[in-house]
Amino acid sequence: MTDPVVADTRRLNSKPQDLTDAYGPPSNFLEIDVYDPQIVGVGRNRYTTYEVRMRTNLPIFKLKDSCVRRRYSDFEWLKNELERDSKIVVPPLPGKALKRQLPFRGDEGLFEEAFIEERRVGLEQFINRIAGHPLAQNERCLHMFLQEETIDRNYIPGKVRKNRYTCACSMYIYFYITLIQS
Amino acid sequence: MSFFSFGQSAEIDVVLNDAETRKKVEHKTEDGKKDKYFLFYDGETVSGKVNVTLKNPGKRLEHHGIKIEFVGQIELYYDRGNHHEFVSLVKDLARPGEITQSQTFDFEFTHVEKPYESYTGQNVKLRYFLRATVIRRLNDINKEMDIVVHTLSTYPELNSSIKMEVGIEDCLHIEFEYNKSKYHLKDVIVGKIYFLLVRIKIKHMEIDIIKRETTGTGPSVYHENDTIAKYEIMDGAPVRGESIPIRLFLAGYDLTPTMRDINKKFSVRYYLNLVLIDEEERRYFKQQEITLWRKGDVVRKSMSHQAAIASQRFEGSAASESALEQAAKEESG
Repeated sequence: MTDPVVADTRRLNSKPQDLTDAYGPPSNFLEIDVYDPQIVGVGRNRYTTYEVRMRTNLPIFKLKDSCVRRRYSDFEWLKNELERDSKIVVPPLPGKALKRQLPFRGDEGLFEEAFIEERRVGLEQFINRIAGHPLAQNERCLHMFLQEETIDRNYIPGKVRKNRYTCACSMYIYFYITLIQS
Repeated sequence: MSFFSFGQSAEIDVVLNDAETRKKVEHKTEDGKKDKYFLFYDGETVSGKVNVTLKNPGKRLEHHGIKIEFVGQIELYYDRGNHHEFVSLVKDLARPGEITQSQTFDFEFTHVEKPYESYTGQNVKLRYFLRATVIRRLNDINKEMDIVVHTLSTYPELNSSIKMEVGIEDCLHIEFEYNKSKYHLKDVIVGKIYFLLVRIKIKHMEIDIIKRETTGTGPSVYHENDTIAKYEIMDGAPVRGESIPIRLFLAGYDLTPTMRDINKKFSVRYYLNLVLIDEEERRYFKQQEITLWRKGDVVRKSMSHQAAIASQRFEGSAASESALEQAAKEESG
């Protein structure tokens, strides 16, 4: 029996890629912009809202292009819902800035331009990270946050689709998914 | 060593008969250093001489016997007191009495069974050694000489490839394939990853070799995982229909053969871990066990045969093929 001294390292055969797959748009397009901060209300009851615009081609989202207005406490609500219902480690939100709500500050407090911009960036990072998570995409609260005009705080929490851990077809064996905290 | 020795003391050492010709191999010690030891295989005879050298020539050395042992034992680090000996042979070299001058004793352990491979791990050690002892009333004089044992296997009859379709429903589907399930320690893992559906934003993909050392039984089983290698196989975002090749040379890594339930005390198993990392540092992985085995070294091959094979790798031409035939003829003829 000849024992080959040189190992066979040739590639395994694989199907050639379809040109439409190779040059077509990728199926993982998901972009969320948080922009256009507006101050709503008067006097001590003012708050800032942001436009949250999502563009995607992921089939799990009903609307491929959606636009809603959200405030900081709406983002907090989403974070709490996800922490309670899903098994994900939810990324952090930008700070609550309680100090800025105290009176007798030298500056504009919560409505300081630089602060609003810093918060806007943090919220954008937060929502993009969470919307791309396959387990977060299961949760109704995320879809309501991104695609319904108002958030119904009395909604019934639940899943949008069958849990991605379970197997519909016996051919598939599922991955473990872990989120590394940065 | 005795500090209150009124009288004679001696030095004892063990020398193998084939010390000049026997191969030595590197083996890791418990503190991570590498040392060289004589290499033995199962069934080989262990023979040599025990030299007892008196420190004060002229004075006699009283003893209760001189012996040499060949021991194979498993040591669990958390239970150092108990050594589990699975091989224990002894030869008496001298009956109780006295020695008046330095002496040499021959010994031979014929066709010794060495069923397991030497292994130094994170929580367990399996070692073979010769121990020569001069038994005395208060304190023995002894010397241990460690040897290393390798267990060899031949090409397995059945060595199917590993091929599986895995994924997350409607999010990521891949088909991965590795050319074999059993690899020898100098083998190459050849495989591919085929993307059926990609709805996440992948940043890169790597293959890790993980060693899992399992010690203990029943409720007190302990697994120690160690990532031996991390090898990036893809950088960038793949789309549907793309195929990524895998070619991982095992010879560059510190690997041992797969050891299953050695003397019911420990196991060492190896896994390939395919890891995909997306743009938010989320990791998706699939672990698959592989069997590693140790191939015997090629005993003799003529230089021309090797050169002919090497040339064929690059050309595959008629000329090199006929050179190969010629070399094969020369070797067999």
